[in-house]
Amino acid sequence: MLDLIDGGSGTSGGGTSGIDTLRLGAEEAMHLLERGEVSPAELHAAYRTAIAQRDPELHCYLRTVDFEQDCTGIPVALKDVISTKGIETTAGSRLLEGYVPVFDSTVAARVKAAGLSVLGKTNTDEFAMGSSTENSAYGPSRNPWDPERVPGGSGGGTAAAVSAGLAPWGLGSDTGGSIKQPSALCGNVGLRPTYGTVSRYGIVAFASSLDQVGPVARNVRDCALLLSLIAGRDERDSTTVELPEPVRLPDAEDLKGLRIGVPKEMNEAAGIEPGVTAAVARAIELARELGAEVDECELPRSVEYGLACYYLIAPAEASSNLARYDGVRYGERADGERYAEMVERSRDAGFGDEPKRRIMLGTYALSAGYFEAFYGQAQKVRTVIAREHAAAFERFDVLVSPTSPTVAFRLGERAANPLAMYLSDLLTIPSCMAGLPGLNIPCGLSEGLPVGLQLIGPQFAENTLFRTGHALERALGFDPVPERLR
Amino acid sequence: MSISATTWEPVVGLEIHVQLKTRTKMFCRCANGFGGGDNTQTCPVCLGFPGALPVPNRVALEWTLKLGLALGCTIADRAVFARKNYFYPDLPKGYQISQYDLPSCKEGKMILPFADGDREVAIVRAHLEEDAAKTTHVGGRSGRIGGAEHSLVDFNRGGTPLVEIVTGPDLHSSEDARRFLQLLRQTIVELGISDAEMEKGTLRVDANVSVRPDGSEELRTRCELKNMNSFRFVAQGIDAEVARQVALYESGGTVVQETYDFDAASGSLTARRSKEEADDYRYFPEPDLVPVEPPAELVERLRSELPELPAARIRRLESELDLDRATVLVTGGLDRLYEATVAAGADRRAASNLIANRLAGTTGEGIDAGELAKLVDARERIPRAALDEALGRLDEPGFSADPYLEQEAVTDTSELEPIVARIIEANPGQAAAYRGGKEGVLGFFVGQVMKETGGTANPRVVNELVRERLADSP
Repeated sequence: MLDLIDGGSGTSGGGTSGIDTLRLGAEEAMHLLERGEVSPAELHAAYRTAIAQRDPELHCYLRTVDFEQDCTGIPVALKDVISTKGIETTAGSRLLEGYVPVFDSTVAARVKAAGLSVLGKTNTDEFAMGSSTENSAYGPSRNPWDPERVPGGSGGGTAAAVSAGLAPWGLGSDTGGSIKQPSALCGNVGLRPTYGTVSRYGIVAFASSLDQVGPVARNVRDCALLLSLIAGRDERDSTTVELPEPVRLPDAEDLKGLRIGVPKEMNEAAGIEPGVTAAVARAIELARELGAEVDECELPRSVEYGLACYYLIAPAEASSNLARYDGVRYGERADGERYAEMVERSRDAGFGDEPKRRIMLGTYALSAGYFEAFYGQAQKVRTVIAREHAAAFERFDVLVSPTSPTVAFRLGERAANPLAMYLSDLLTIPSCMAGLPGLNIPCGLSEGLPVGLQLIGPQFAENTLFRTGHALERALGFDPVPERLR
Repeated sequence: MSISATTWEPVVGLEIHVQLKTRTKMFCRCANGFGGGDNTQTCPVCLGFPGALPVPNRVALEWTLKLGLALGCTIADRAVFARKNYFYPDLPKGYQISQYDLPSCKEGKMILPFADGDREVAIVRAHLEEDAAKTTHVGGRSGRIGGAEHSLVDFNRGGTPLVEIVTGPDLHSSEDARRFLQLLRQTIVELGISDAEMEKGTLRVDANVSVRPDGSEELRTRCELKNMNSFRFVAQGIDAEVARQVALYESGGTVVQETYDFDAASGSLTARRSKEEADDYRYFPEPDLVPVEPPAELVERLRSELPELPAARIRRLESELDLDRATVLVTGGLDRLYEATVAAGADRRAASNLIANRLAGTTGEGIDAGELAKLVDARERIPRAALDEALGRLDEPGFSADPYLEQEAVTDTSELEPIVARIIEANPGQAAAYRGGKEGVLGFFVGQVMKETGGTANPRVVNELVRERLADSP
């Protein structure tokens, strides 16, 4: 699968214009382009060189893409659930091996229209189902801070690529934490936007009512900039809306007037590592010093029921979304004597264990006689979760918690235990269920590994999250370059 | 031995699928309709490619409301599309998008005018969905995937907007069903939303049939009939199924709920193997679409734009014509021409006869009612051949009846009598039959005389002469 091509782009590995991709942010890279200090092709080549050097170890990319001559901007990495015209898109599944979309997803079209050059397609858990990339049919990605550990998931490929200097920024997709959690584990900035603000057209669907594309970057300003390129109404996705206000690049240095809520249940949940709690507590203290009013609050039912409801709704929708993979029109087709046999064999051979597990769970949850008790009930609880959050936002502008209960865990550590893996998303899921935006910023290290701070806002409050994240980021002074690569 | 002969009442409800003739498909912008080679009118959305999303066709939504209003339905403030999940090669996404528990239109009724009064047929619901693709199974039992050597799928039809109309169990004979369908079809055609042709599959009908003892209000186990592609076959299928169920009950058996395919060639019903029936569609609200919430102003505008509907027009015309004639004119789409012709001075009965008998099967479009009225008036005076030719050219642009009106049919009895005499003599058998009471033979003689005269004779005069001659000479 991995298609690492070096050369062809006119630059050999090593010294491209002295560009240090580990340190270069997207905004800075744009300035270099504007000043003519580097060309788009050279920039693309510099990242390809870095990929050639470090990706064999990290396996962030499923395939890289050559520079296209008409690109005028900086490179971008795209998670492999994002359809790209003419470029194989597998969603990390064996079933879609060799599938080359005939159309661009709206977000791919938008970043291309903005001049960005696609660097490659990044690794993901199969159909975005997982929290470590270990469910990828093409092998796991590794955490640039410690290659024995996972980068998180499902968007581990994009997150690890951004932290390892293999992309200035990238796009992920988030259903229950697939942007925020890998960003936390890799020590960078990831935003899950308000549901409906970024088009899902051309995104290989996992759970339609939860899936949302969002940016992953080295810092908050870059993250905001990338969001501004992709957000807004798309007539091809009926669930999208126009942003009520444009994305603003944050420049706040303080947090005066900001009201921060600290949901008790999300900060004191069982399983949160002490090092994580300590780093988050320091960040909250810093916010107070920057002028924010901080107070405790409660989201009891969101945390207690969020995960359980998520694991009814997401698999239910997935069981239906994955029904199209029958081997009839695209993807791998197995032989069979009868139609049903052909479909069964194609699906059996193509899907890995996790999609199969969720298809079964979801099929069960939607079945006659169980629908009301499972899917129907979960949707009701979802409304309760949304209301609980809305009530909290009457008092607060932003809610904070750890993004992940733990720092990056070891490869294989949770692979055999699906429930332990599911708990990785305990703290990211409730706001996803409520359709709310969430931003991860790195807030320190624990055991030498990044700790992520989750900032949650009400619908369409991305600008507030960026402002908060930016001020904290400046004050925290976290170095996003993994220690072992410095 | 019991002599109690139960009479049985058929109980029939219909499910009708209507393909809307919108310019584009239900959830994508592919051209809708026939034409183009197999799989040419397709795109990532209607082929179910990964990541493709449906966007509803606004016109299809409006037309559904229009139909719902014409059927007297309540229009839902909030309708929701759901996913109906099942595997079949004609369903590229593995689910069909269809309104389910919250349809756009519900609780309507259609009035069926009958000689003994109106009959009301409840419209339980009318909802919008997307059509499946067209499959062709090669080899094996015809029309079935099981046992086929291979199957071909043409996705051009996939994603066509489809309205499903469900009636209550309010029809009590195959004739009821046929009348209902004629009236519904005409309503649909007049709304301009579909050609509604069963032969082409743009109108499809399934029937749910049960029987009960006359006078009873119970609803017994029903069977579903499919694959009937004309009104006549619907009627035949219902009759066959009613007969089957009655025979079962009368021989002490019971009816088992099953689905039957109607075979046009033999007129018989074949039970589907139950394995081909999916039993759990795992419906849930389609998360890729937002609820349909039509603004009240739109619904009111559509309501105000509704034309006078066929059922009402039949009742109106019934006062001047009989019910059957009124029904023929209205369901044939010719009643407006009839009214215009009468308004232009033609005799009612003569106009209705001429239009119903001679113009049935045409659209009546492009016909100048004034010219038609002249022909109605002169229908007996001018030669039959001239009338035939004039009727054939009636819809030509700038048609004038005047040249035909100048011709006169032969009414001179001295010219016609010898011909009549010769023909009667040449057909002694027919003559004897007439005299023996077979009055219908009269037409035979009149026809022969008309033929002999090249259509120039006045048929009324010929009629009289034949009648006299047959009465005269033994």
